[in-house]
Amino acid sequence: MRDHNPSILLGTHKGLLVLERQGREWKVVQESFLGVAVSYAARDARTGALWACLDTDHWGPKLHRSADGGLTWEEIPLPKYPAGAESADGVPASLSYIWLVAPGGSNQPGRVYLGTEPGGLFASDDGGTTFDLVTGLWDHPSRKPHWFGGGRSYPGIHSVLVDPRDDQHMLVGISVAGVFETRDGGLTWAPRNQGLIAEYLPNPFAEVGQDPHLLVASPANPDVLMQQNHCGIFRSEDGGAGWRDVSLPEGPARFGFPIVMDEKDPDTAWVFPAVSDEKRVAVDGALCVCRTRDGGKTWQAFRQGLPQQNCYDYALRHAADIRAEALVFGTTSGNLFLSEDCGETWQSLGSNFPLFYSVRFA
Amino acid sequence: MPLVKFTRNLQRFFPGLKPLQVEGRTAAEVMTALERACPGLTAYFVDDQGALREHVNLFIGEELVSDRQRLTDPVEENQPIYIMQALSGG
Repeated sequence: MRDHNPSILLGTHKGLLVLERQGREWKVVQESFLGVAVSYAARDARTGALWACLDTDHWGPKLHRSADGGLTWEEIPLPKYPAGAESADGVPASLSYIWLVAPGGSNQPGRVYLGTEPGGLFASDDGGTTFDLVTGLWDHPSRKPHWFGGGRSYPGIHSVLVDPRDDQHMLVGISVAGVFETRDGGLTWAPRNQGLIAEYLPNPFAEVGQDPHLLVASPANPDVLMQQNHCGIFRSEDGGAGWRDVSLPEGPARFGFPIVMDEKDPDTAWVFPAVSDEKRVAVDGALCVCRTRDGGKTWQAFRQGLPQQNCYDYALRHAADIRAEALVFGTTSGNLFLSEDCGETWQSLGSNFPLFYSVRFA
Repeated sequence: MPLVKFTRNLQRFFPGLKPLQVEGRTAAEVMTALERACPGLTAYFVDDQGALREHVNLFIGEELVSDRQRLTDPVEENQPIYIMQALSGG
C-alpha cells in the first residue's frame, strides 16, 4: 500500500482487502488472510502500524500487526485472561473474539487498547506487543450480574474513546452493558447510561444493561457523543452524563449499527438505517443514509446512487467511516459505497465483496 | 515419544508444519512440549485456560480426547496423536 494515494482497509468475512484510489478508479491492491474472517482492521495514525483482528473458524481469534503498510504481517501473541478469571460464575474466561484495536492518546505513542469478548479491555504500553487486562473495568461490580452477550455468548467491548484533551479520560461502549467512563486512566470506572432505553430489560431505564451499538465522539467537541441502540439514536452533550433520544419515531433514522460524526461540526452526523430488530435488512428494501446537521433535531435521507429495490443490505457497526467530506460504508451483502459530498450522493465501489465487518480509511 | 500429526489446514498459519515427535504422558504434557517445539502453535488448539477449542478435535490413536477442559487423557509411548479441525458444511 502506497502512502500517497487514499486507501481504505476492508475487514471482510473472507480476508483483509486494501482498496486504493488510482486516478478516478478504486482498485483492490492487496489481499491478506484470504479466506479468514477479519473482525476489525485499522491503521494507527500515530505510528502508521496496520492492525488486523482475525476470527478463524476453528483456531480462535488472532491479532496481526504490519509495520510496512500491509506487505508483511506479524502475529502478536494474544493476551490471556488471568487464571481464575470467570466470564460468568463457574465459566473460565477465555478470549473468544477481538472487537477492535484502538489507539491510545496522541501523547501515549506506545498505548494500544484491545476490546474483546467476553468483556475484557486490554492495554499495551509497548506498541501492542504485550497487553494486560484493565482490571478496574473487569472487576466492576456490575459485570457478572448485569453484563451479557448480544447476539454472541458474552459481552464485548467494541468502542474505545480516548479524550484528546486528557488521555486519562476514556469512554468504552460495551454490548451488552452500556457506556462506562474512567477519569483516572482505567483504574476506576462508572456507567454513563442515564436517559438510554432498553425495552428488552425488565427495567428499560437500567443504568447497566444498555446496548450501544457503537459509541462515537465528535472530534471537534469530545463532550458530544452519539450512539444507536435497539430503541433509537441517542445524543449526549455532556460527555455521557445524560442521553436523549434524537431518532425519528417512524424512521428511517431509528435503528442501525454504524454512526459517523463530522470531523469539524458536532451537530452533523450520519446513520445507516436498517429494520429493527428481528429482521435486520434495509428499510423497505431500499438503502439510504440519513444525515443530521442540527444535532438530531431533523434528519434527511439520501438515496441517490444506493439500491432502491430488492435490497437486503445493512451495515455492521464498524463498517462505515469518514475522512473530511468523504464517507464510505460496506454492507452485509458485500456492497461498498463511497460518497464524496457529505453523504448526499453515492457511488458503488463494488458489489461482489464478502460481508464487511470493518471499513476504515487508512 | 508420541508423534503428533496436524491437519493440513494449519499450514496456512505455520508453513511447512510437519509431524512432531514430542515427550508427554498426557495430552496436556504433549501440548506443553509442542509449545516448546513451536512457540505460538498451541494457541491454535487451546484457549486461555488450556481447554481444547470448541471446534478442534484431538485424537489419541483413534479415540477422541475425553477431557477437553484439562487434557488429562493418558498418552502411551508410541501412540500417534492427530489434531484436526471439526468439519463444517456449506
